[in-house]
Amino acid sequence: MSPVLAGVLQLLALMAALALAYVPLGNYLAKVYSSSKHLRVERWIYKGIGANPDTEMRWPAYLRGVLAFSVAGVLFLYLLQRLQGVLPGSLGFASIDPDQAFNTAASFVANTNWQSYYGEQAMGHVVQTAGLAVQNFVSAAVGIAVAVALVRGFARSRTGELGNFWADLVRGVVRVLVPIAVVGALILVACGVIQNFSGIHEVGQFTGGTQEWNGGAVASQEVIKELGTNGGGYFNANSAHPFENPTPFTNLFEIFLILLIPVALTRTFGVMTGSVRQGYAILATMATIWVGFTALMMWTEFAHHGPALQAAGGAMEGKEVRFGIGGSSIFAVSTTLTSTGAVDSFHSSYTGLGGGITMLGMMLGEIAPGGVGSGLYGMLVMAVIAVFIAGLMVGRTPEYLGKKIGTREIKFAACYILITPALVLVFTAAAMALPTPGDSMTNSGAHGFSEILYAYTSASNNNGSAFAGLNADTQWFNTTLGLAMLLGRFLPMVFVLALAGSLAGQQPVPATKGTLRTEKPLFSGLLVGAVLIITGLTYFPALALGPLAEGLA
Amino acid sequence: MTTHTRKQEDAMSTVTTPDRAPHHDAPTGHQPEQGRVGAGLFDPKQLVKSLPDAFRKLDPRVMVKSPVMFVVLVGSVLTTAFSFADPGDWFGWTISAWLWLTVLFANLAEAVAEGRGKAQADTLRKAKTDTVARRLVDGREERVPGTGLRVGDLVVCEAGDIVPGDGDVVEGVASVDESAITGESAPVIRESGGDRSAVTGGTKVLSDRVVVRITTKPGETFIDRMINLVEGAARQKTPNEIALNILLASLTVVFLLACATLPPFADYAGTELTMVVLVALLVCLIPTTIGALLSAIGIAGMDRLVQRNVLAMSGRAVEAAGDVSTLLLDKTGTITLGNRQAAEFVPVRGVTEAEVADAAQLSSLADETPEGRSIVVLAKEKYGLRERHQGELVGAEWIEFTAQTRMSGVDVDGRKVRKGAAGSVAAWVRERGGQVADDADTTTDRISAAGGTPLLVAVEDDRGARVLGVIHLKDVVKDGMRERFAELRRMGIKTVMITGDNPLTAKAIADEAGVDDFLAEATPEDKMALIKREQAGGKLVAMTGDGTNDAPALAQADVGVAMNTGTSAAKEAGNMVDLDSNPTKLIEIVEIGKQLLITRGALTTFSIANDVAKYFAIIPALFAAVYPGLDKLNIMGLSSPSSAILSAVVFNALIIVALVPLALKGVRYRPMSADRMLRRNLAVYGLGGLIAPFAGIKIIDLLVSLIPGIG
Repeated sequence: MSPVLAGVLQLLALMAALALAYVPLGNYLAKVYSSSKHLRVERWIYKGIGANPDTEMRWPAYLRGVLAFSVAGVLFLYLLQRLQGVLPGSLGFASIDPDQAFNTAASFVANTNWQSYYGEQAMGHVVQTAGLAVQNFVSAAVGIAVAVALVRGFARSRTGELGNFWADLVRGVVRVLVPIAVVGALILVACGVIQNFSGIHEVGQFTGGTQEWNGGAVASQEVIKELGTNGGGYFNANSAHPFENPTPFTNLFEIFLILLIPVALTRTFGVMTGSVRQGYAILATMATIWVGFTALMMWTEFAHHGPALQAAGGAMEGKEVRFGIGGSSIFAVSTTLTSTGAVDSFHSSYTGLGGGITMLGMMLGEIAPGGVGSGLYGMLVMAVIAVFIAGLMVGRTPEYLGKKIGTREIKFAACYILITPALVLVFTAAAMALPTPGDSMTNSGAHGFSEILYAYTSASNNNGSAFAGLNADTQWFNTTLGLAMLLGRFLPMVFVLALAGSLAGQQPVPATKGTLRTEKPLFSGLLVGAVLIITGLTYFPALALGPLAEGLA
Repeated sequence: MTTHTRKQEDAMSTVTTPDRAPHHDAPTGHQPEQGRVGAGLFDPKQLVKSLPDAFRKLDPRVMVKSPVMFVVLVGSVLTTAFSFADPGDWFGWTISAWLWLTVLFANLAEAVAEGRGKAQADTLRKAKTDTVARRLVDGREERVPGTGLRVGDLVVCEAGDIVPGDGDVVEGVASVDESAITGESAPVIRESGGDRSAVTGGTKVLSDRVVVRITTKPGETFIDRMINLVEGAARQKTPNEIALNILLASLTVVFLLACATLPPFADYAGTELTMVVLVALLVCLIPTTIGALLSAIGIAGMDRLVQRNVLAMSGRAVEAAGDVSTLLLDKTGTITLGNRQAAEFVPVRGVTEAEVADAAQLSSLADETPEGRSIVVLAKEKYGLRERHQGELVGAEWIEFTAQTRMSGVDVDGRKVRKGAAGSVAAWVRERGGQVADDADTTTDRISAAGGTPLLVAVEDDRGARVLGVIHLKDVVKDGMRERFAELRRMGIKTVMITGDNPLTAKAIADEAGVDDFLAEATPEDKMALIKREQAGGKLVAMTGDGTNDAPALAQADVGVAMNTGTSAAKEAGNMVDLDSNPTKLIEIVEIGKQLLITRGALTTFSIANDVAKYFAIIPALFAAVYPGLDKLNIMGLSSPSSAILSAVVFNALIIVALVPLALKGVRYRPMSADRMLRRNLAVYGLGGLIAPFAGIKIIDLLVSLIPGIG
């Protein structure tokens, strides 16, 4: 079987698996977030944190919940790392420096999982499992909660109430993430991913000399790393490491886990707003971009230029032989079009254009299908903007799902689309203009610029993957990337929730033949165009000086 | 008000409400196709005329209201300043010049749009010449200037007087020339009491004497408001325009960031970007096309209404018109011709149709009401009866139709012929000892049941008084209404016919006209309840009205169009006034509202889609020197970096001028489903916006490269 065919077959298998899971999981999620019943374990948690899960919250209250919970998460994670040196079960690792501890805390709470440390050489079992793994669950649940709040904004009318943040958070963890993670972890373990608490092993190398390997609860962290679109690996090599991702099947399974919830949430959106076809339209938009990017990526990576690439059957540098170009390309596109940032190959080693595709994926705002929750709300905000422009073209005040897109709604959506470009461009420009940050580059020319552009793109969009090569463990990068991650995560949430509140307060307008049909393919196509043109064009000059300059050379 | 009283009024006065041409001279002199939002009016000469205004609008305090164009203005100042610092740089000067032109073109678009209103305002000002009012104080007249009147003052107006202010007639009847406002030269009757009591300041009394109670303060009269409206002085940004401005501002900020962060990136790449080049890039990227034309589109939209003699009291109402999903249409005058017309003559047993026709014609000669005329016409067309004139019959005594007797007829040669309302004629026959035949009753019932109005024809001669037959008067649905309603249905708009008729009659007409629903025996309260019910379902409702009892419903409706012939209460309550008093115009108003929104959306799409090509022109021009691979992006094959940037800037400026006519006329609009409309507009303005600049920039580059020293 040729590698190209293998790649295409993997793609098809993945799509088939996602299609099978789409309806049951999407419906299940809708049920979870619409149910009025509480599980016993949930009641214990509510009692423990002193929250009343039955009170309805307006958007400011919901936002306060999100922020309070996340601030607490950052503080806890920061302290845990700072105290690692005195905590038991830390494999003897020292406490983490303040700037790196801040960066890591921000990173895991913001669902980014940017890692400026080497997992196996810095973080012991306690920080990994009690700190990082916990945030992998809850930061994902926060994302889903905010998306559900926005969906309720569309679904409800003449009320400002968006649900209860604590109930949404706890249910996301207890009823969605933990059960799927348990099953997923078992599958991963069965396929060879390690799960233990063993210490450091000294292993002999083929070429002589020794190497230190440590064990750990890898499978349990691996599964939520993908499922919660987190991306922070147990090991520095992330999903390229054989303990994390041993076989082509686990590779495909991990991609499946990455895409599972973001894809199913479009169904949840459809069910909760009473029109599953609206969900299909959003899914079609996401799928078009995802398939397009994957095809482009395979094309640029399979293209044979130069004798070395031809001998390898494509651009194999930085890719694992066991995954090949097909498996690596699908992983790279899926991880950057979601907010995951896990890698099974090194984006820095991709062809110039291939590297550009990973960056563009993040720059689009990670909405195809995007992070758990964040992908849906990001795409819905873009849909609001597309509806606004296209809706005018049918001669009515634009409306989406029966809600008018007026001044308030456009104000919030416009602020939303402003945030990440501002963070990416301003921080990158500052890093390029200041004398010291540039020292972290390990490459010169366009590729060096790509390293820094990639870092801020990844952090601001809460992806977390890196264009390997940049030494990001400096005070400058730890601090600015940490800020970019926090601002890039929580500022957009402010506007999403404000938008949700504004939509929920409206009285729905009944659809007529004069209404823009947002469930039609035409609208999906329009939305793809709007996403590519409005967000893509923002970064065109920067991309030209990085990956395009390299790729077109 | 009910249809019945409306009909009576029409019968008693000579006021007609025909469709009229706009009262001012349209520059191209043609009238839009009836019932369509036709092309607006645009004359290239106006561009030249509006130039001084365009310069005046360069004032930064004015410019800041349009964030996109303000950025261009600041950019122009910057590049000019840098050009002064390096006076030998022809490129800097040329770019600066084109950036200034970009700003000027935007101002020009707005100035042209406003200019059309200004001409109209001048005409109106002429009508507002200083008047002397004859104020009544304790029964004595005193002469005061029109500006000195207070609300509640009573003034006397006699033939030849100009009405000094807006008010209601409290005493007398007069014919008034309202051409100063409506453009219609036929006089109208204004009388105390009822729904025709309102007079407007600036109009001229032609006959008789009336006493008017002033209802508006000087300076706030209808004519003052009209001047403000057409001049755009009262123009406020509409909600949708504000929302679009916010989106455009945010896109501008995004592109500002993209350009402002570029110098450090370029520095690293080993090339230095000049301020001129950066500003050029920025101006090309921000949505200048729509930014420049946005306010012109809004003004032109209002102006299109004024062209049709409709005054919108707020831009919000114009936008709401596009959103309307329920139209309440008065039956009479809107769906049907103002009056019922004779459709057939039905004889009673023993009488021939020809006999009935003859008697009907004879008895209707003295009936000048439209119904009466229609009987004469029917007799002529269907039975070949030549129309006789009253003078032909010697010794005839004519009995004219009055609202009291509800009969007309003639006494000639010992024969008395009468026709009229069934009850009145039957009573007349019985008074004279005659009998009303049974089959006359059944025919009457049948006609009523079918929604028609039966008139009886009776005669008294040597054989006594008896009924000859029945005239079937029918509401005649206006030509083309069925198609109009079908179109509205395709646009997703529901039509509800409002009538004072009984449900049976209403249903018959509703079926014939093809409206979606009807409200029979409608009282103002029913109308109000209907509006509230539709609005509770999230629908926007539009209606027309003229009576004082329509005022609450007009105020409640999202789009309330008051007829200019109506009372001042109705005009106050509605958010639009139709000077032609033509209720059918509601449909056009909806179309104009839609066209306004479509034009905005189309040009926004066009503007954003344009950016793609500009990147392909400018990015290789900026960076191909350091990264030769980027020259592959120069897919247009532009001749040199300077000409590429210049061509993009020139295209960006010229496209504004090129689209001014479209902004003023509005995008062509035909009623169709949202799906089809979106597909069409996306193809034209989305795809077109993507492709057009590639061609445009290439052509400009070809021309620019011919200039020696640039290519």
